[in-house]
Amino acid sequence: MADNKFAAYICSGCGIGDAFKMAALEKVATKEGKMSMVKSHPFLCNAEGVQMIRDDIANEAVTHICIAACSRRAKTEAFNFPTVAMSRANLREGVLWVVAAGAEHDEVRQEMAEDYIRMGCAEIKKMNLPKGNANRDQTRNKSILVVGGGMTGMTAALAAAEAGYEIVLVEKTDALGGFAARLWKRVPFSGPYAAPQATGVAEMAASIGANARIKVHLNTTVAETGGAPGRFKIKLATESGSVSELTVGAIVQASGFTPYDIGKLPELGGGQANVVDQAGLEALAKAANGGAIKRADGKDIKSVVFVQCAGQRDETGTHLPYCSGHCCATSIKQAMYFKDANPEVDTVVMYDDLRVPGMGEDFYRSAQQKGVIFTKGKASKVTGGDSCKVEFADLILDEQTSIDADLVVLATGQVANAGVNLDAWTEVNTLAEGGDEGAKQKRTEMKTISILNLDYRQGPDVPQFKHGFADSHFICFPYETRRTGIYAAGPMRRPMDMLQATEDATGAAMKAIQAVENAAAGRAAHPRAGDLSYPIARLEGCTQCKRCTVECPFGAIDEDEKRFPVFNEERCRRCGTCMGACPVRVISFENYSCDTVGMQVKAVNVPDEDEEKPRILILACENDAYPALDMAGVQRLTYSAYVRAIPVRCLGSVNTIWITDALNQGFDGVMMMGCKKGDDYQCHFVKGSEMAYYRMSKIGDTLTQLGLEPERVVTEEVAITDNARVAKLINDYAAQINDIGLSPMKGFG
Amino acid sequence: MSDLNTQAVARYKNNFLREVEERVEEGNMVKMCMQCGVCAGSCPFGPHWQHSPQKIFMMIRAGKREEVLSSDSMWMCTSCYNCIVRCPRKLPITHIMHGLANYAHRLNLAAKGQPTRDVARLFWNNLMKTGRINELTFSLGLYFKDGFIQGIKNSLAMQAAGLGLLKAKRLNPMEIFGGHKCKEKSGIHRMIAKAREIEDRRRGLA
Repeated sequence: MADNKFAAYICSGCGIGDAFKMAALEKVATKEGKMSMVKSHPFLCNAEGVQMIRDDIANEAVTHICIAACSRRAKTEAFNFPTVAMSRANLREGVLWVVAAGAEHDEVRQEMAEDYIRMGCAEIKKMNLPKGNANRDQTRNKSILVVGGGMTGMTAALAAAEAGYEIVLVEKTDALGGFAARLWKRVPFSGPYAAPQATGVAEMAASIGANARIKVHLNTTVAETGGAPGRFKIKLATESGSVSELTVGAIVQASGFTPYDIGKLPELGGGQANVVDQAGLEALAKAANGGAIKRADGKDIKSVVFVQCAGQRDETGTHLPYCSGHCCATSIKQAMYFKDANPEVDTVVMYDDLRVPGMGEDFYRSAQQKGVIFTKGKASKVTGGDSCKVEFADLILDEQTSIDADLVVLATGQVANAGVNLDAWTEVNTLAEGGDEGAKQKRTEMKTISILNLDYRQGPDVPQFKHGFADSHFICFPYETRRTGIYAAGPMRRPMDMLQATEDATGAAMKAIQAVENAAAGRAAHPRAGDLSYPIARLEGCTQCKRCTVECPFGAIDEDEKRFPVFNEERCRRCGTCMGACPVRVISFENYSCDTVGMQVKAVNVPDEDEEKPRILILACENDAYPALDMAGVQRLTYSAYVRAIPVRCLGSVNTIWITDALNQGFDGVMMMGCKKGDDYQCHFVKGSEMAYYRMSKIGDTLTQLGLEPERVVTEEVAITDNARVAKLINDYAAQINDIGLSPMKGFG
Repeated sequence: MSDLNTQAVARYKNNFLREVEERVEEGNMVKMCMQCGVCAGSCPFGPHWQHSPQKIFMMIRAGKREEVLSSDSMWMCTSCYNCIVRCPRKLPITHIMHGLANYAHRLNLAAKGQPTRDVARLFWNNLMKTGRINELTFSLGLYFKDGFIQGIKNSLAMQAAGLGLLKAKRLNPMEIFGGHKCKEKSGIHRMIAKAREIEDRRRGLA
């Protein structure tokens, strides 16, 4: 600490100098913030202001700086000093722009600004410059493992190889191509979207064979995956039982899908003669090899009915509840097989809602031009045999009727090959670890469908999201799984068609490249890409409670044989959920810790009860809530000047000690603002905000014991667009606190 | 006329869609309907006829020949063109409806006693007599189409309008004796006959 030199820089630009007493702010920074150097500047973010700071860093050996100016989200290019630790006191968006204008508010405005300076100075005192992962020498492997040699896997392999990365492509069967290789033709990828196209599997397989950067392992599965991004240790097992080991930097999982079992649809003729699924029709088309498609019994087909949504979009809970997205276009393509060979064949596509995403509408029109009949109806019964019959409700003509056909094709859906369901796994695993023999056996059985066989504490595969698919947030980070460095692509991620799968593959390949590059540089991956901080645990204080290992949304923390947490820095996303979970507060980051936030809470000057000025602490998620607060400022929406906002990495990182400290100190209320949780979550760390809600649901009793009203701590979901709402939330809460009255804890802190 | 129907049934067997495609004006667009129902929702006559265009197109595709051709729907179309303007698949729905009406009439399967059809038939027959429409005989024909007593009632009801037209010299009572004609009636007849011949040949009705 002896070498640390702290400096504060206060900007008086953007109207800050007019609104605040600058001399008082400087005094706060010097006397209370204990900064050894405090400077004001009328335009801190211009070249001259920035040069002033640079000169101090170079000539005065300043190591820690607090910039009191605009939001930490503004002017990041100007205020970029990678060699020193930096905190930002938000005087502009946080005070100037949100406190109501007028001389009657001068006092509270000045108090708010002074508090933010105190907080910025307190924070920087506890911060250190993050130096990146110290073990980065061992995380420099940049090769990428692609699991699955279907259309998705092949596309990902080729894309990453083209970008210059070494690829290991693992396929469990004896040939590349996956489900695509079973198709006669594919739905067109390019205009005019009028006719089926060749699958392109053979050409892709050939270019993979010719690519020196791609090493293909056929008849091979992944027997074990350990390690972390930049240093995944993979054991590959071949059919013959031989095991080879290799190291890769990142993994793209493209394990594809299995068609829903037609045998589960006896009411739709599943299992009866001349009733096939779409894969079955592809097999007949391949056998015909471009000629007229014949039935399995060799007879000509004069009429064929395609029953859409067979065993899909099921509301009874018996079959798949979701739409697989590709089947309408696939049936259209298959109807074209018949029409293109012989326009006299009657082809009826029986649909409920025809869903043809992308350019599928053109493909649909083309099929209509070719004379494919589309009937909006719901099949109730299919009878197979020599002459098939489809009984259905015509949803346009509102009648129960039937069609005869030589062949019936059921459009069954996609079931993800995503491996073990970790929710079920965790239950069984907990029992097994308790010594239950039955559970141990069940655990072994469950593992047989595992794709990656991860040796992670939290289970052998990537977590699944909905309906067994390994999806993630579908807009913000589609290919991310909750296992850093492992990216999901294709129909194991969500139901999709082949074109979408190839787009997915390139996206996932790109994420994998980012992951290996970040790991090699010792930096975090999405969403704190480039963050050099990483969690440090004082294990001597650890009580082995396992909360961090269980609650980490990314399975980054394993346990050693003594049950101490083992941090895998490269797997860590730096959300701080472990830090929020730790009851003994031994986990911290260099620039974000229980102290950096805790000292800010303590730095706030809480007025005595008789001043009748409440204080409300806001812990705002830096991803959505804090930007929303900033935007409220940009829009000059005013809110209560009694609030003090501290950005946190994720609500999951909120340690209850901060709330206890705040209440003990006399804060009248605490607002936590985080992202939406649940199935349609917006949390950038997936489970962080959910975790915070869970933890806060338990805090009510504690508050009551302290003699405090449960309303003194509230948790709100705030989206990044909630600018007006966030101001209203604050004002409503301030009014509520006013009604409840000031905290009885004032003066004891 | 029923000969035509028998021929059509024999020729197209159960494929009514193909029959419509080949024989009905713009019938080849019926297959392009995507059953969105915008036409049905747009039609100002929506609640007043048997089948919406959406249903008519679905019935054609389902092979419901008798039901389609005897439906009153296409006779109820007022050619407001709302459906054409709104159809996302650009089906010329109005034209198809008129085409279906025409075809049903030719096959003598059209709805019996449908007022629009009766008026159309009166109009056509009146026009063909002289090559010009005779407003007096046309309106009298319309009044008396349901019998003499009803005709007298209808005429008395329209008395004021008739006298007004007389006063304004918009109605010549002498027209009752045949009225003015076009110059060469037989030429008109030959022209119409030729047009029908060409049309029938194109539609396979010859």
